[in-house]
Amino acid sequence: MSAAILEVSGVVKRFGGFTALDGVDFTVAPGERVGLIGPNGSGKSTLVNCIAGTLRNEEGRIRFEGRDIHAYPAHRRIRLGLARSFQIPKPFASMSVLDNLCVPLLYAAKGGEARRAADEAHGILRQVGLEEKAHAMSGGLTQVDMRKLELARAMAAKPKLLISDEAMAGLSTSEVDDILALLMGLKAQGVAVIMIEHVMRAVMKFSERIAVLVAGRKIADGDPQTVVGTPEVVKAYLGE
Amino acid sequence: MSNGKFAVVAIAVAIAFAAASQLVPNEYFFTAAYVVLQFVILATAWNILGGYTGYVNFGSAAFFAIGAYSTVVLYNAAKAPLLVMIVAGTLVAGLLGLGLGYLTLRLRGVFFAIASLALAVVLYTFIVNWDYVGGARGAYVLQPREVPFGLPRYIHLLYIVLVLQAAVALVVARAIEKSTIGRGLAAIRDDELAAECSGVPTLRLKIFSATVSGALMGMAGTTFPFYLSYIEPSSAFGLSYAVNSIAMPLIGGMMSWVGPLIGAVLLGSVQQLVQVTISSAWNLLIVGVLLVLFVTLAPNGIMGWVDAWRRRRDRR
Repeated sequence: MSAAILEVSGVVKRFGGFTALDGVDFTVAPGERVGLIGPNGSGKSTLVNCIAGTLRNEEGRIRFEGRDIHAYPAHRRIRLGLARSFQIPKPFASMSVLDNLCVPLLYAAKGGEARRAADEAHGILRQVGLEEKAHAMSGGLTQVDMRKLELARAMAAKPKLLISDEAMAGLSTSEVDDILALLMGLKAQGVAVIMIEHVMRAVMKFSERIAVLVAGRKIADGDPQTVVGTPEVVKAYLGE
Repeated sequence: MSNGKFAVVAIAVAIAFAAASQLVPNEYFFTAAYVVLQFVILATAWNILGGYTGYVNFGSAAFFAIGAYSTVVLYNAAKAPLLVMIVAGTLVAGLLGLGLGYLTLRLRGVFFAIASLALAVVLYTFIVNWDYVGGARGAYVLQPREVPFGLPRYIHLLYIVLVLQAAVALVVARAIEKSTIGRGLAAIRDDELAAECSGVPTLRLKIFSATVSGALMGMAGTTFPFYLSYIEPSSAFGLSYAVNSIAMPLIGGMMSWVGPLIGAVLLGSVQQLVQVTISSAWNLLIVGVLLVLFVTLAPNGIMGWVDAWRRRRDRR
């Protein structure tokens, strides 16, 4: 395995007296597909926020391609190639679907130019199956389309690592498969993906490796089949 | 239309407009039109931060007054030429806008709006207690006896200056709206966190937006002391500036540079008419009633209504 693209070591995040992340170590190799699971409130989204720069961790170190990115605000991290989607879709509601993609294309993907951005946006929309809605207002999309847009917007930043935060929650089986196919396709482009998900079927199918977070600590990390069989993981999900 | 082309057209229209109105025999036209133009600039400027970026500024009067009072300072200190006063007032107000921009670091939504109002109150208190610019008594700023360019009266010059300033404000607002920066500002307005995570340098853009907005509002105030030859704090910081610069974009439409222009011309002219025909006390009441009507019936303003109508027509 080549050097890790993302290296999280000893990350601690506190909210007042509550310790949401308690010394988490976590790495991702270039192009790797990693599943990150854990019960509600275990700190998955907090970890994503610390990695993406929307929250600052108090202790520990986050390196992206060997570079310590602690001092980097979120908009600089995405320019390095570290993109994320949001658990609750956050479309730019006053813009068309196409214009939504133009924002990261112009700001995050380097050398953006308005006309070329529109062409590239069309390409990405075709990839995610939103092309016929390119000119629809993003605020009026259906839930599944909004999730697709959320991923498309993250993809438009041309990331090297994409963090998908519960892109499938509440979707039907066929919709889950749509999104899953989308994320699987990124592998061909050499994009590493961290998938945070509760839909176990999707996580198991997707992940080359699974990490489990419980109460702010990582309790397991490794081969998916082995991990979900670990007694601690079973206990965390099902109780004793 | 490219920015350069639009600028040329806008300035040409402004000059033609200014020249044509010299034929108006009624002197009062200039006095009234000055006020309407003032509001065109204020509304256009306010909309850069309020409409494009989504940060509602209740302190427009502070920026207007800073522009006006920097003229008073330069008048008292050196009787500087009008052009110097305009540039200086614009820059000082821009600096104040920069400060307001930094407030967006910690304050959002309602809290930002309250802070911007507080900013106006603080500056008002400061001016009231500053003797050099006349304090609460006010200051006389006499119009020069010689009117340049062979114009009949000084108000004609002030009117022409404001026509040109309005053109400048519209050119700037349109250029920002159509640029990559404008797209970034719109992203901030829609969802600041998502914007930041899409690579938009939100703080830098908000500061830019607040600075430009503040500078243009200050520019609108720079000639104001000459307008009445007298200025005092409660008129320079008048409620009508804060209320109108919000109401006009809201009524015209906040998504594009056209909205504030329409809103200001419409509302400003109605106010001027009412002031002459009925009473000046009715001014703000009319604004209030129209505001309530628009917020409930056409929340996206006249332009929003036009856009919706266009979309319906295209679908057919």
